Amino acid sequence: MILLDRVTKVYGKTNIALDRINLHVEPKEFVIIVGQSGAGKSTFLKLLTREERPSSGKIIVGGIDYEHLKDKKIPLIRRKIGVVFQDFKLLQNKTVYENVSFALEIVGASNSEIKYTVPRVLSIVGLQGKEKSYPRELSGGERQRVAIARAIARQPKILIADEPTGNLDPKHAWDVIKVLEKINKYGTTVLLTTHNQDVVNKLKRRVITIEGGKVVSDRASGGYDK
Amino acid sequence: MKRRFISIGRVFKAGMLNFVRNAWLAVAAIAVMVITLTIVLFSVIASATFNNTIQQITDKIDISVYLKDDVNEQARNDLIAQIKQLENIKSVEYISKADALERYKEQNKDNLDLLVAISQTNNPLPASLQIKPQNPENFDPIKSFLEQDNIKALQSEQTSYSGDRKDAIDKITSATVFIQQAGIAGIIVFAFISMLIIFNTIRMAIFNRREELNIMRLLGASTWYIRGPFVIETIFYGVISAIISVGLCKLVFTLQTSAFDASTFGLLDIKFASDYFAEHFWTIFGIALAVGILIGAVSSMIATRRYLKFKSTK
Repeated sequence: MILLDRVTKVYGKTNIALDRINLHVEPKEFVIIVGQSGAGKSTFLKLLTREERPSSGKIIVGGIDYEHLKDKKIPLIRRKIGVVFQDFKLLQNKTVYENVSFALEIVGASNSEIKYTVPRVLSIVGLQGKEKSYPRELSGGERQRVAIARAIARQPKILIADEPTGNLDPKHAWDVIKVLEKINKYGTTVLLTTHNQDVVNKLKRRVITIEGGKVVSDRASGGYDK
Repeated sequence: MKRRFISIGRVFKAGMLNFVRNAWLAVAAIAVMVITLTIVLFSVIASATFNNTIQQITDKIDISVYLKDDVNEQARNDLIAQIKQLENIKSVEYISKADALERYKEQNKDNLDLLVAISQTNNPLPASLQIKPQNPENFDPIKSFLEQDNIKALQSEQTSYSGDRKDAIDKITSATVFIQQAGIAGIIVFAFISMLIIFNTIRMAIFNRREELNIMRLLGASTWYIRGPFVIETIFYGVISAIISVGLCKLVFTLQTSAFDASTFGLLDIKFASDYFAEHFWTIFGIALAVGILIGAVSSMIATRRYLKFKSTK
């Protein structure tokens, strides 16, 4: 599903963010990526969504080789990958329902498709009844679940969650993680980056540790190293 | 395919919404575009009017060669044939004595004394040849032909050249050239100002909505889905400006024709301009619309290209 072959990303001339990363993620896997701030986690995710290009190395996602990907085709990639951000990135002037339907509108989904899909994904993330609320009226955990609903509305094969629990208290953080597990169970590959030791230890999933731009450990079912 | 139509519909709707939201920001852009388009319209109408005036005057220019009564048909036809051989001849028309009398009566139909006087004579008017030159500025070859002695012998009196009209033509020609040049300069300057203002309007709109646009981008909205609404919005500026400027022209003509006599405007034949405007209304409206849409679309395309970053960084 995801293949990285000796991927290096250098900012400027000397600032090496990722150093010859090799990585292979199977379909339907749930992978946790850990590492301190600045270790290269975000750069890694940005390479997958094509916000950044690698300085060298090969990236293949869902069968598409990024090396030959034209700028015009980038939106198509992003539609296949759902992304959840630490800061939610919700539209403040739109309701919960509108935030989710927005993601479908921009890819040309019909109104009936939208009417069918939005309530379903909102119920998957447990936000039935909040359709008409605005993001500012929701708790952090609820906002993040709106973001997840938006990310999965288009049924992506891959869901990338970049520190989705970073701004949440433990209870809400765990709600969010449970939603991610549920989505993974439905068959979506999930990539989760986190600082949260508790989450890592409880999930018992594959853990990849990045440090100083390198993969320092990759365990099939791991706990937090430190 | 269906998705594409749905998307086009949404882009259009978003453009309308932007337009309504940015209404106040749009006022400046529309105002300056109205000025631009009004100059365009004025230039188009004025140059058509001047060209028409020149044409009219040119049509009136001719040379009358008066023939002696004893010139027989054979001699006359030879003369006509010879004149037609000359360069710069558009037409030669023979006016018989009877025709000349008819014309004279027609021209003086209000002057009873004259009519009575002429009816008591045995038609003193000479037959004539009316020669129209192709180019009114070059009479010389015709003139030198007519002044040959054997040709002169056929003429009853001095050839009449419609003379001082050349001055009028020169005046109007230079006025036309001036109006056209001033018009083009004005159009360029104001088109540039409109583009700058629209450019900035769009830049501000992008800045105000940068968060939303960035989210759209991250969610995989296509380039056109993001740029389209801005372009649609500025196309609306063009459409509205075209309607206003054509409306202004209409208003001006309505007021002018009722308030002033045509002669008040000297060189500019306001009646013709007004008729021309009415006759070519849809063409003129089309020109205003096309120019307005072009200015709007080009400036918003440049602005969105510049301020919306679509490329991933390397």
